[in-house]
Amino acid sequence: MREPAARIRPWIGKSLLWAGPFLFLLLLYIYPLGSILKVSFSRAEGGVAAPLLQAWTSPLTRRALWFTLWQAGLSTLLTLALGLPGAYLFARFDFRGKRLLQALAGIPFVMPTLVVAAAFNALLGPRGWINLGLSELLNAASPPIQFTQTLAAILVAHVFYNTTIVLRTVGDFWARLDPDLSKAARSLGASAFQAALKITFPLLLPAILTAALLVFIFDFSSFGVILILGGPRFTTLEVEIFYQTTSLFNLPLAAALSVIQLGFNLVLTVLYTRLSNRISRPLSLRSRRITQRPLRGWRQRMAAGAALIVIFSLLLTPLFALAVRSVTRLEPERGETTVEQGFTLDFYRALNEDSQQSAFYGPPAEAIRTSLTYAAGTVLLSLLLGLPAAWALARQGGSFLTRVFDPIIMLPMGTSAVTLGLGFIVALSGPPLALSTSPLLIPFAHTLVAFPFTVRSLTPALRSIEPRLRQAAATLGATPGQVIRYIDLPLIGRAMLVAATFAFTISLGEFGATAVIARPEYATIPIAIYRFLGQPGAMNYGQALALSTILMLVCAGGLLAIERLRIADIGEF
Amino acid sequence: MKKGSFAVLLLFALTLVLGACAPDPETATLTVMTHDSFSISEDVIAAFEEEYAVEVQFLKMGDAGSALNKAILSIDAPLADVFYGVDNTFLSRALEEGIFEPYDSPLLEAIPDQFQLDPENRAIPIDYGDVCLNIDLAYFEENDLEPPTSLDDLLDPAYAGLLVVENPATSSPGMAFLLTTIGHFGESHYLEYWEGLVENDVLIVNDWETAYYTEFSRWGGTRPIVVSYGSSPPFEVIYAEEPMEEPVTAAVTADDTCFRQIEFAGILAGTENRELAEAWIDFMLSPTFQEDLPLQMFMFPVNPEAQLDETFVEFLSVPDHPVEVPPEDIVANREAWLEAWRGVILQ
Repeated sequence: MREPAARIRPWIGKSLLWAGPFLFLLLLYIYPLGSILKVSFSRAEGGVAAPLLQAWTSPLTRRALWFTLWQAGLSTLLTLALGLPGAYLFARFDFRGKRLLQALAGIPFVMPTLVVAAAFNALLGPRGWINLGLSELLNAASPPIQFTQTLAAILVAHVFYNTTIVLRTVGDFWARLDPDLSKAARSLGASAFQAALKITFPLLLPAILTAALLVFIFDFSSFGVILILGGPRFTTLEVEIFYQTTSLFNLPLAAALSVIQLGFNLVLTVLYTRLSNRISRPLSLRSRRITQRPLRGWRQRMAAGAALIVIFSLLLTPLFALAVRSVTRLEPERGETTVEQGFTLDFYRALNEDSQQSAFYGPPAEAIRTSLTYAAGTVLLSLLLGLPAAWALARQGGSFLTRVFDPIIMLPMGTSAVTLGLGFIVALSGPPLALSTSPLLIPFAHTLVAFPFTVRSLTPALRSIEPRLRQAAATLGATPGQVIRYIDLPLIGRAMLVAATFAFTISLGEFGATAVIARPEYATIPIAIYRFLGQPGAMNYGQALALSTILMLVCAGGLLAIERLRIADIGEF
Repeated sequence: MKKGSFAVLLLFALTLVLGACAPDPETATLTVMTHDSFSISEDVIAAFEEEYAVEVQFLKMGDAGSALNKAILSIDAPLADVFYGVDNTFLSRALEEGIFEPYDSPLLEAIPDQFQLDPENRAIPIDYGDVCLNIDLAYFEENDLEPPTSLDDLLDPAYAGLLVVENPATSSPGMAFLLTTIGHFGESHYLEYWEGLVENDVLIVNDWETAYYTEFSRWGGTRPIVVSYGSSPPFEVIYAEEPMEEPVTAAVTADDTCFRQIEFAGILAGTENRELAEAWIDFMLSPTFQEDLPLQMFMFPVNPEAQLDETFVEFLSVPDHPVEVPPEDIVANREAWLEAWRGVILQ
């Protein structure tokens, strides 16, 4: 039996679902990217082929590509190793402080790289707490742990940033998985391990794959972490693109490198879509009231506690160190190299004073408001665009349009930000779209990064809706609109919250992809942080730390608020 | 939350965004494209805006190199009327790409010749700054060590593991320090010197922030010698937590140890605001703006008539003889030097 809705809706109606997302990607991704590639390659003497050949055959590129791939692979595995146990705990158990922990886990995602570097430095740097403690203990003259400028720093920072992706995408899907399935397996004689391996794992696999792909693409195009925490010994494709563009102004080679980076991402996403289409199956999702239970007995409590401590000591201690430093006097006394650790609120007080009388000064309240405005815009835009796209993906998996668009959705995330930033300038500076310096562009640019996350968060939920439910509703006389309102929306409410969460955090932390008229009222919190970090002096450094702490609070507050928002009462069913 | 409030939220966000960018039709607008470090006092810009009945908009387009690239790539549809912030290491790129129109400002007469690198006056010098070694005075006092006074000193085992520098491939002070070594040791020997530095355990990081705030011993690190600006020591005093009597860091300003960066502005080719753009260039060269420079951007005025702020001068030492690298050599060899350095030092 076919759905009545599908029979009356013509093919054109189906393509309409793609119209919004397609127009968006065309104007803000394909057109700018195409323009900058065209301009770049037109500067090459031998046309397109010469720089591509040069990039592909250069041993430097080969090495950068190899390093990019394996550091991203290793980072992704480590992120999964830390994130999956956490996702399990969040999905299957109910305990006090869970919501708070979940919100806190999202904070790393918004922190500017320079600030994260400062946070790790406060902990593990040459004169960080751990090294100071250890050298006192071991009586060592030089710091026992070398952390900054190592591969370990890159890996740890990637895990720090991206664990929240696994917690959210896998955790929220897991939380809805019917525990009766594995219970049935157990009652038929399967061991707990067998049930996990044969039942739970295959059902979770689509969500795990999605998380792994998102994390991998982030690590693959990683730039700030490699540059600042890794140092000059490590070069990824993105770093090489930046060097060729900014330092050497070799646009053809930079464009060729961007194309190679894009090619790898495309192959990866195509493989992913093939695989995920094959392994996804409709499931009846259950309410958390059924799937979750409190921790029982001291053993379970101890195990869960230990796991949470391991996960959150990595995610939260650097942030904690940062917050502590923002209320600590930083300056060593004259003639001494050790810092006197007194308490101070001077940095926070100074944020509200314009000591430099700069035309670009804005009080922190203004930066917070600006950041939140852009974030709200990004959340709305990415839901408006993400819903129809995810809908089309989930319902028309086999159609031609869907097969074409599916991988394209992921591409903006894996595209060189340096290249795309220049693309905005080339394509959007004159008519028809003179947007390149408008603040309006900002939520759109943020949505470009958030879009894959919204689509990927929504698709599994939409896919898992059993067609029978919809058919039943239609048989009982529901219009297609009513089916959406009363069947689909309530079932995907939770996924919409996850999508909103991602859009919010991405927007809050984004920095630098777009250039905007420099006015205090347009400056976001990260922009203000970088302004302070660019100058020497204790007050500048201290104010950057204070603003970073404020950014953490804004982020945590925003995430907790989204949790409570329950868009149109559909958060829970 | 019901659907209605969802729509209200949407409207609210849209009005905020749209309202914020609605242009005021009454006044003319002059747009200045620049890098992220640009700053100016509120009353100084207000004075200009009032005098010319104009609203000045600033576009901050990233670091100096990125901002220049964006000016070049928008050459057909210029986003601004004036570009400020191309330095003498990037000057050739700006001139070759033809982004500037010449302007013989009457104020250029007062500016010393050493700053006027473009005879056609497309690029107008505005300010300069020296990139010098900075030292943590406390470390040298505590360890009873004499601070280094020359580039050669840095090869001395006594200074092993004490120096942190920025990567010239990714950082502007890093590039300046590379040019210092080229100016002093010459094109054929600078790489040998760098190999010596590597043997003496130099630390190379990618950006000034990491060098200064993570590795420099004044802050989180263990290395008491860092490549920074000649004006960094006064900034440590001005932005101290508690008022300071004496500086805590110092710049090494011995002959041939510093590189002088000169920053230029220019009128962007194809501007429809030529008159206002000229007025803005004149304004940047005038004592009003020139005296505002040091405390906003820690650079020095090129106009000798400008008076420097006392707090700034008190702890400042300026090199008498920064290293000399002929501008035409930089134009011809910048990329080749960088690539050679990368090939030898980072491999």
